[in-house]
Amino acid sequence: MTEIHLIGRAASPGLAIGPVTVLTVAAVESRRTTGDPAQETASLKAAIEGAAAELAELIEAEQGEAADILEFQVAMLEDDALAEGAFDAIAAGAAADHAWRAVLNGEIAGYRSAEDEYFRARVADLVDIRDRVLVHLNGAAKSAAITGGSIVAGDDISPSAFLAADWRGGGAIVLSAGSSSSHVAMLARARGTPMVVGLGPLSWQDRPPALALVDGDAGTVIFDPEPETRRLFEHRMSAVNAARAVADAGRVKPAFTAGGRRIAVLLNIAAPEDLAGLDPAICDGIGLVRTEFLFGASQGLPDEEAQYSVYRRILDWAEGRPVTMRTLDAGGDKPIPGLTIDGESNPFLGLRGIRLSLSRPEVFRLQLRALARAAVHGTLKVMLPMVAIPSELDRARELLDDEVVALRAKGMDGSRPPLGIMVEVPAAALRAEDFEAGFYSIGSNDLTQYTMAAARDIGAVADLNDTGNPAVLALIARTVEAGRARGVEVSLCGDAAADVRLTNALLATGLTTLSVSPIAVARLKATIATVNP
Amino acid sequence: MHDANASRASKTLVPRTASAVLVNPVGLHARPSVKLTQCAKNFAAKIEIALAPDGPWTDAKSPVKVMRVKAPQGAMLYFRVAGSDGDAALAAVLALVHDGFGEA
Repeated sequence: MTEIHLIGRAASPGLAIGPVTVLTVAAVESRRTTGDPAQETASLKAAIEGAAAELAELIEAEQGEAADILEFQVAMLEDDALAEGAFDAIAAGAAADHAWRAVLNGEIAGYRSAEDEYFRARVADLVDIRDRVLVHLNGAAKSAAITGGSIVAGDDISPSAFLAADWRGGGAIVLSAGSSSSHVAMLARARGTPMVVGLGPLSWQDRPPALALVDGDAGTVIFDPEPETRRLFEHRMSAVNAARAVADAGRVKPAFTAGGRRIAVLLNIAAPEDLAGLDPAICDGIGLVRTEFLFGASQGLPDEEAQYSVYRRILDWAEGRPVTMRTLDAGGDKPIPGLTIDGESNPFLGLRGIRLSLSRPEVFRLQLRALARAAVHGTLKVMLPMVAIPSELDRARELLDDEVVALRAKGMDGSRPPLGIMVEVPAAALRAEDFEAGFYSIGSNDLTQYTMAAARDIGAVADLNDTGNPAVLALIARTVEAGRARGVEVSLCGDAAADVRLTNALLATGLTTLSVSPIAVARLKATIATVNP
Repeated sequence: MHDANASRASKTLVPRTASAVLVNPVGLHARPSVKLTQCAKNFAAKIEIALAPDGPWTDAKSPVKVMRVKAPQGAMLYFRVAGSDGDAALAAVLALVHDGFGEA
């Protein structure tokens, strides 16, 4: 027996080892039709109502995301539009189960052919709805229960099947199809269950594998591992578990590499609420405040007072630690009604970030004024997104200087925070030294997508969207070098900062400041401690 | 244009229309659809959505039909309402879209 290595896509992180449970398609045995349309109609109605009632009962036991997912299924079931076609077919003489199955399969086909991955991912929900009603109609033939701690392998798994299993004792999900946007993937991430999707056909020679090793970080699965492979994997797992324990303990301590290099760990936040309950001691400051949250709500663009009070709250929390706030980064994947341009053929290459701010100076000036007023309450830095050429920074600097002068002329408190740029356009990374920036902060998400010409939300090219690619790392190293030559700080605030597989490579570029979401701090600090020098 | 005439005649039973961009991260999918239909069902008015100003129009009270529209993030969503509480209905559904269905 040789071990089988399969490569898929990571849908939920973590490592797991366990016996394999193969999900079989529950063959619901055919039922005897009554041949009477009125009775068939009544049977289907009762089955739909029964399924909805069963779901309502499940919702009672769940919270948050899981409850929302089940509520979606209930809403679909309670909508007469779903079964309309089935009742028509029954009236024309079809059996209830055949009619229901045909209509749902048609609905499912519609989702399967959707362009948008989020809609394709709803196939699992529709299959779940279809089968739950079929079980009510035909009785019996529920799929085999998933025993705790097992690696569940199959084509796809329904939210109901996931929720019915107990994942507290470990286990993982490995799917030949599936999607990292599926409801099950969301649930798996929330519960810490590793999950790998898109493995391709799972075909076994004679019998299914007995054991599997799952790497939900790398998106790989090894079936029936050789003893040595298994030993190495178990070794890795125990190291990860030990590291987690150490990491939790070391969260409030400053980060040093094994070689003694001090690495500043900053936080990325999207709103002041992200800081609730957090001890500022876990970080060396805030590396990225996304200010878009202020602009997203229905009340229109926020006024200066509203912005000032939010900025001030964040600075107060930081207790003097540096806080980098990014000016409005609208456009691209973040449209704002009344501000961004609708219908651009390629919004990622359009009027977004600093380009949009400079084209709407009245909105931009208001934000700069609020930032300058807040700056007196802490150590504030202001960062401009999507800068490509030095004149964009120069124009923004003039606007900021104007606003500071205007504030003082009015006798109001305000100071001029250092103005830096986000390095996310390859042009800016290649010529970073040409910018008179107070600091550089590398936005690795966009830098990677623009360098590799691959969006990360398009599954088919997700592999290309790799910050560890030498081309992206070279642009990062170049930016670090420019910062060193000009004597200004360089940090990195994209998702790559939290990807501990990249920590070694990132620190090798000379970076000494990484900014991550609060939940990633402990793991990152523990990883930094293993890096040499 | 039809839209302009419609809003001028807001006291009659001529349908009123409005539009808004879907700003929530994943478009009008599962949870947003449920929220939209729950909101729409609070009103007696007929409420319909479309991806183009001239339809085809879809009943905003049916989650099954709303999901079939498969409106992606960033899409312009058009609303058409008719009924005595149409103004309030339109305001409510627009607020929901502007707020990103609470998940933006």
